[in-house]
Amino acid sequence: MIALTVNGTAYRLETAPDMPLLWAIRELVGLTGTKYACGVAQCGACTVHLDGAPVRACVTPVAAAAGRTVTTIEGLAPKTDHPLQRAWIELQVPQCGYCQSGQIMAAAALLAQKPTPTDADIDAAMAGNICRCGTYQRIRAAIHRAAALAAGGAR
Amino acid sequence: MFEPNQWLRIDRDGVVTITSSVPEMGQGSMTTMPMIIADELDADWSKIRVEQAPADPARYANPVTGSQSYGGSRGVRDHLATWRKAAAAARQMLREAAAREWNVPASEVETEPGVVVHRPSGRRLLYGQLVDRAAGLTVPQNPTLKTKDQFRFIGRETPPPRLDLPMKVNGTAVFGLDVTVPGMLVASIERCPVLGGTVQAFDATAAQAVPGVRHVVQVSSGVAVVADGTWAALSGRRALQVTWDEGPLARLTSEQISREYAKAARQPGLAAKTVGDAAGVLAAGTPLEAVYEVPFLEHACMEPMNATAHVTADACHVWAPTQNPGGTRAVAARLTGLPPERVTVTTTLLGGGFGRRGEVDFVRDAVETSRAVRVPVKVVWTREDDIRHGFYRPATYNVLRAALRPDGRPAAWWHRVVGPGILVQKGYARKGGVDRAAVAGAADLPYDVDALQVEWVDKDLGVPVGFWRSVGSSQNTFVTESFVDELAHAARKDPYAYRRALLGKAPRHRAVLELAATRAGWGSPLRSGLARGIAVAFSYGSYAAHVAEVSVAPDGTPRVHRIVCAIDCGFPVNLDQIRAQMEGGAVYALTAALYGRITLDRGRVQQSNFHDYPMLRMAEMPKVETHIVDSGEAPGGLGEPGVPSVAPAVTNAIFALTGTRIRRLPIDRELLRRA
Repeated sequence: MIALTVNGTAYRLETAPDMPLLWAIRELVGLTGTKYACGVAQCGACTVHLDGAPVRACVTPVAAAAGRTVTTIEGLAPKTDHPLQRAWIELQVPQCGYCQSGQIMAAAALLAQKPTPTDADIDAAMAGNICRCGTYQRIRAAIHRAAALAAGGAR
Repeated sequence: MFEPNQWLRIDRDGVVTITSSVPEMGQGSMTTMPMIIADELDADWSKIRVEQAPADPARYANPVTGSQSYGGSRGVRDHLATWRKAAAAARQMLREAAAREWNVPASEVETEPGVVVHRPSGRRLLYGQLVDRAAGLTVPQNPTLKTKDQFRFIGRETPPPRLDLPMKVNGTAVFGLDVTVPGMLVASIERCPVLGGTVQAFDATAAQAVPGVRHVVQVSSGVAVVADGTWAALSGRRALQVTWDEGPLARLTSEQISREYAKAARQPGLAAKTVGDAAGVLAAGTPLEAVYEVPFLEHACMEPMNATAHVTADACHVWAPTQNPGGTRAVAARLTGLPPERVTVTTTLLGGGFGRRGEVDFVRDAVETSRAVRVPVKVVWTREDDIRHGFYRPATYNVLRAALRPDGRPAAWWHRVVGPGILVQKGYARKGGVDRAAVAGAADLPYDVDALQVEWVDKDLGVPVGFWRSVGSSQNTFVTESFVDELAHAARKDPYAYRRALLGKAPRHRAVLELAATRAGWGSPLRSGLARGIAVAFSYGSYAAHVAEVSVAPDGTPRVHRIVCAIDCGFPVNLDQIRAQMEGGAVYALTAALYGRITLDRGRVQQSNFHDYPMLRMAEMPKVETHIVDSGEAPGGLGEPGVPSVAPAVTNAIFALTGTRIRRLPIDRELLRRA
């Protein structure tokens, strides 16, 4: 039995402790916004926040989240109005969209640390997130835009 | 309810429900299709809803290909006329309905978004108020279409925002892997590591002992471990013992393939294009000669292959992220023996397609597994399954020869392509004939040459091949646009000016070439350590040119700083999504040029995941600028045309910078290393 909090809700999960957090979130908690794409922390599609810090859920055993707080894309902002989500729509970032939960969660962790990131900050923070549709240019612009929206007190 | 055709219906509350037949794989079809309908219908965009079409080729087949399968950048270009007409007919019927209501001539009745108006009297009726009357009218066969100046969305600088994005930024979008069906189990299939190998025997004892594992069953592609969840299925699979019959490819290596290609290149091929006597011209002098090689490539969609199926005695339901709903229904019907109308296909969102999801192997996995265990089953591929069991972009070997006239123009161009044919291997083209997919981008050389010979040698060593974003043009354009650059250099001409002078009979090629060159500032100085390269191509009904600005680090690592793209897709519809496709096409092409290579050892694909089959990442992303030509021609494709001319623009820039000609992809950094 693993007890953890996901997006503000407490869960007690009946599971083997070595199950990756990814599958616990997707199939036991039932939130499918967090994606499987590589299983070996190479692509970032499964990025969630563990006590506020970005982790790759596909290589994080669910036991490592015991007693801790997990935030997924579904819990980032209840009304889909996080500055990143607004900027993502304003600049029409996603194509297929499969990697975008992870992209947004990685970017959210970056903005929490550095409210006005430079291009180099973005390169470093987003290095672990692959997008096969090739939306990188728009992701970069949208992170800058979200920083501006947040600085304007818009939320 | 007013439903004049299969593409749209309007309810009394004014909501317009549009049925999109083209799967949403990132290209924006879920928005661009409704946008076309809404424009001709003069609909209120806030009232638009979209549904994905069921598999029903009688109603939803592509009107040009006749099949409900989507590849070849055919979304807008094959349907534009049909969708415009369908919506214009509905609008005409709404006008007619209002005219009858008001007892005025239809010619006095106009529309505003979502409203029919009679200006002389100031009367207005919402579309929703007219549905019952409109439903009783005859559907006009030749409705009047809007003229270009009347469009509100089509070709406009600010198209409506994509309808699928709110759900793609908050985690609620449902891709194939997100499908949940009551009572569903999850399966993972152990496949023979050798391509084409089959199961000889297996021992499920240890797998069955893993908690959560329910069944272990043999299916065509291997042994399926069926469990309560994905992790249990994967754990059970790791415990499985399988003995394989490795089949005919058990000794195949990439080195052997290269050797066999080189040997085959010495034999005559099938003539794909013959103008004059190129071989004769070449024999009379000392031709320029070069050999170009490209590797097998896997698509690497972000969402690994998967499908969910529920097979019962008298019905089958498949949920799949598929480019091929029609083929999905057909294969499910064939496997279950059910009539096609007993098969229901729900097309989910696709986490990338790129041609890979036109195949139906993952559908077969799900149908066979569900049939075996008699409950709904989701079959989940791992990334490793995906990379090692793909349908690969063919590896090819190319010999090119050319002779120049005294003025530098080509007197003869001779190109022999060696490799497998996708259409031939899949049985879509006759063995012994030219596979058009194998010579696309080679046989249609746009340049003025006095004599031209393009041949194809069918050399298929059994590696499964498939359609990879821009298919034959993805490799042939790299070859031809590099070789024409070699000719320009031999003729001591500027590579842009040389191409331009040879495009006298190819005005649309020339127009995009000129636009890209102009916008890139071709010929203007660049800062030290940077150089430009250029390339142009026709593919899938559209013309594209790219200029790349490239540097090379001392360790040989190339870096692309800027890409300027000019695209003529004939009839631009969704300008923002045209730009998105050009940005994405550039990334897809750069990834292949810089990293893409699938190799084989003893019949096994040696790559497995993103650490050994790398992808372009954020820090490597160049600035991509897109310039759109509105040529007023027939609509062309967009998903693929942004790919072919990118790699040669980059490698031509590397030549301009370093003097090293890249004739093999991916780019070999060792060749560029400065000691």
